[in-house]
Amino acid sequence: MQAIFAIAPLIIILPFAGVFINAFFGRRLMENPDSPAPGIVASVMAGGAFTVALLLFIGLLNDPAGAQVPLFTWMSIQISPERTFVIDWTLRVDTLSSIMMLVVTGVGTLIHIYAIGYMQFDVEENVHKRHLHGAEADEFKRRYFSRFFTFLNLFLGSMLILVTGNTFLTLFVGWELVGLCSFLLIGFWNDDPEKGVANAKAANKAFIVNRVGDFGMLMAIFLLFWSFGSLQFDEVFSRGECMIEGSQADCITLSPEELDWNPAATSEEEEARSGAIGVLASLAPAEEGPGELNTLIFLGAVGFPMGAVVTAITLLMLLGATGKSAQIPLFVWLPDAMAGPTPVSALIHAATMVTAGIYMITRSNVLFHMAPFSETVVAVVGGLTALVAATIAVAQFDIKKVLAYSTISQLGFMIAAVGLGGYVAGIFHLATHAFFKALLFLGSGSVIQGMERGILAGEAGHGDEHGSAHDDEHHAEHDDHHDDHHAHPDPQDMRNMGGLLQRMPTTGWTYIIGSLALAGIVPLAGFWSKDEILLDANNESLLVYILLSVASFLTAFYMTRQVSLVFFGQPRTDAADQATESPGVVTIPLIILGALSVFGGLMNLPFEGFHQLGHWLEYSVTYAHIPKFNLTVAVISTVVALAAIGLGWLVYGRSPSQSSEDQDPLASTGPLFGFLEAKWYWDELYEAVLIRPFTRLSDFFANTLDWNVFHDWFHDTLLSGFFVGGSQIMSKPIDQGVVDGTVNGLANLVSGSSRGLRRIQTGFVRNYALVVALGVVVIVIFLVARFVL
Amino acid sequence: MLQETTFLAPTSWYVILSATLFIMGMAGVLIRRNAILIFMSVELMLNSANLAFVAFARSFMDITGQVFVFFVITVAAAEVAVGLALIVAIFRTKQSIDIDELNTMEG
Repeated sequence: MQAIFAIAPLIIILPFAGVFINAFFGRRLMENPDSPAPGIVASVMAGGAFTVALLLFIGLLNDPAGAQVPLFTWMSIQISPERTFVIDWTLRVDTLSSIMMLVVTGVGTLIHIYAIGYMQFDVEENVHKRHLHGAEADEFKRRYFSRFFTFLNLFLGSMLILVTGNTFLTLFVGWELVGLCSFLLIGFWNDDPEKGVANAKAANKAFIVNRVGDFGMLMAIFLLFWSFGSLQFDEVFSRGECMIEGSQADCITLSPEELDWNPAATSEEEEARSGAIGVLASLAPAEEGPGELNTLIFLGAVGFPMGAVVTAITLLMLLGATGKSAQIPLFVWLPDAMAGPTPVSALIHAATMVTAGIYMITRSNVLFHMAPFSETVVAVVGGLTALVAATIAVAQFDIKKVLAYSTISQLGFMIAAVGLGGYVAGIFHLATHAFFKALLFLGSGSVIQGMERGILAGEAGHGDEHGSAHDDEHHAEHDDHHDDHHAHPDPQDMRNMGGLLQRMPTTGWTYIIGSLALAGIVPLAGFWSKDEILLDANNESLLVYILLSVASFLTAFYMTRQVSLVFFGQPRTDAADQATESPGVVTIPLIILGALSVFGGLMNLPFEGFHQLGHWLEYSVTYAHIPKFNLTVAVISTVVALAAIGLGWLVYGRSPSQSSEDQDPLASTGPLFGFLEAKWYWDELYEAVLIRPFTRLSDFFANTLDWNVFHDWFHDTLLSGFFVGGSQIMSKPIDQGVVDGTVNGLANLVSGSSRGLRRIQTGFVRNYALVVALGVVVIVIFLVARFVL
Repeated sequence: MLQETTFLAPTSWYVILSATLFIMGMAGVLIRRNAILIFMSVELMLNSANLAFVAFARSFMDITGQVFVFFVITVAAAEVAVGLALIVAIFRTKQSIDIDELNTMEG
């Protein structure tokens, strides 16, 4: 191991140091509320992490085998006298994770820098929205500005935990942490006076939908642990490979003696043992044959063939990937996630976090290779997602929604690629997509803020021409009038834009470069990566190839539509007319990303002697393969993209609409456009199929079962009836009847008899004397009688 | 000094007399309302007992009965002293010695 790899922990420590600084000292750093200090700290940390990633990359150039840098032992569990199950927290530096680190930290750093400019404006705007002044406004700025960069650095660190993890469990830790950051950042403006609730709901939606995926991921991890007895990547994969190639019993690293394994054991014993130890102990050999994965894995008492278990594992992993990487059926959260500030959309929901699924599948390529059925499912899911999302993107009007669906579609391309075994193509597209989609999102953020500046400028102009001549009273009137009348044009609605290229040239040109890269025009980055995916699809599956080709046609079309609507034609609102270019801190990252979008393809040119990325990944991705360049595929894809751009230009660019009230030219196609605009009614479908039955079920549980049955009937009627009835019995017949009766009866008896006996005490002495005399007589008679008888 | 010719009344006669006296006394106690008279009746009963004691003492030739009589007489004297004092006290408060009026202990 090279000494340089020892710096690997820094890549995680630096962002977390940024989290620490900004969380605890962020507000103090902002003595001046307009100071960008927390942003600078966060950006320096991100830049530091990027430097570390670069150094590790250089180290890998010399030693592509990479290294595993142990940090500490996370868990150590004694599972039998001879065996301890250990999970170390080890950083894995290999060619795959290094690519991910470079993309995450590189794009991440640019977005951190961009976010300094963006968030200063955004926070300022939110101060206005909340009508804050003076110290309150300053405190608000300090709080939110530093909080944003705390979260952003936390995300960066979490993502790096994810990609450097050496076991499925550490990967899962990162997986969950990035989900948390995503939640925190989508709902960042959850106290927005207008959209706060919507933002919070979007955050919840993202988190809850991701839980479904995380469930799949967790189940996959449990099954992996059960079947392979390890969660460490190398151990799992080497056992998997061993099972593909040779005698499967040999793949068990533990000897039968060690496992106290007895071939003659009855199934009950087997079950007891597997229940007690589980891991690998549950492996029992069946008829063996190379390539046939028929080793039995016991889940409880039932043995499943290894092949079926691996298929289940990989399908569950796919479920995890559909959640994190926004594929059918779990993609619905991503468009809503655009509620977060734009740098978040760019970093988390386009460039990095959503690629976690692709990374995870690539990392598990050995497992997917063992399960051809899962590979097919992955490819088809990816292809369908690519197509469906692309169709929806065509009919959106929100500039960020178009990009969101575009992201889903492009993630579909990557998923399809890894499903087809084109891991190199998938990772290649992941990297180039990170460049141009981050560029597009940041560009859209710049456009939105340009529009917002236009709105503010319009307001200021409006205010000046009226305000100066009037006294205070009129001012008040004017303000009321102004609030009623001046509904701001939505700064994200593309119908309100137009002609922004002249007003925001840097943003405009970089945006056009990003769009062309996304559309896949030679020689921009997107062309090479998409071409490689299409090449794999062409070789492997005609269905997926057709799906992806149609999707790439639509991609070029909707990007042309977007660029035409936003940048060309005439401004359709005053806001667009008065929009201004963003400051350098915003545009410089755009320029850098623009350059990356142009030249990103160089990292993996599909010609003999190039394919650097492919060869690079061969060291860590067992089944990486490099398809042979096919000119036909490349030409077809270029023609398709150019045709789509031409068609888009015909529809949107040639005669741009003049008013924001105009209908979309495609709306005349009838209900189809409405169907696409409504996003295929996916949300409504889930609403009807899942959410409403769920709410009804909850309602049933809450109102009928809990309230009516449990509370009203069981509690209020049955229990309290029993209790009241029992109390009544206890109080009336038993307490009042028996207990009181006894006591009162005794008292009555005593007082009654006393009343009777009182009569004897006449007070007349002679009566007493008479009684005494009579008594004597009786005694005498008794004595006499005794004497006589 | 006893002479053989002397008539000695049999003991039973004394006992009968004693019983008669006792019954007369008792009747007086029960019937009379005047405290003095009741007192006198009580004396009569005491003395009838004395008579019986003496008679049996002679009959059995045993001096104990005679001794007992002395005690009775002593006690009776003491009783008279206390009793008369009580009667005087009662008379002073009630202006009467009718014992039927002394029923304040009625239950």
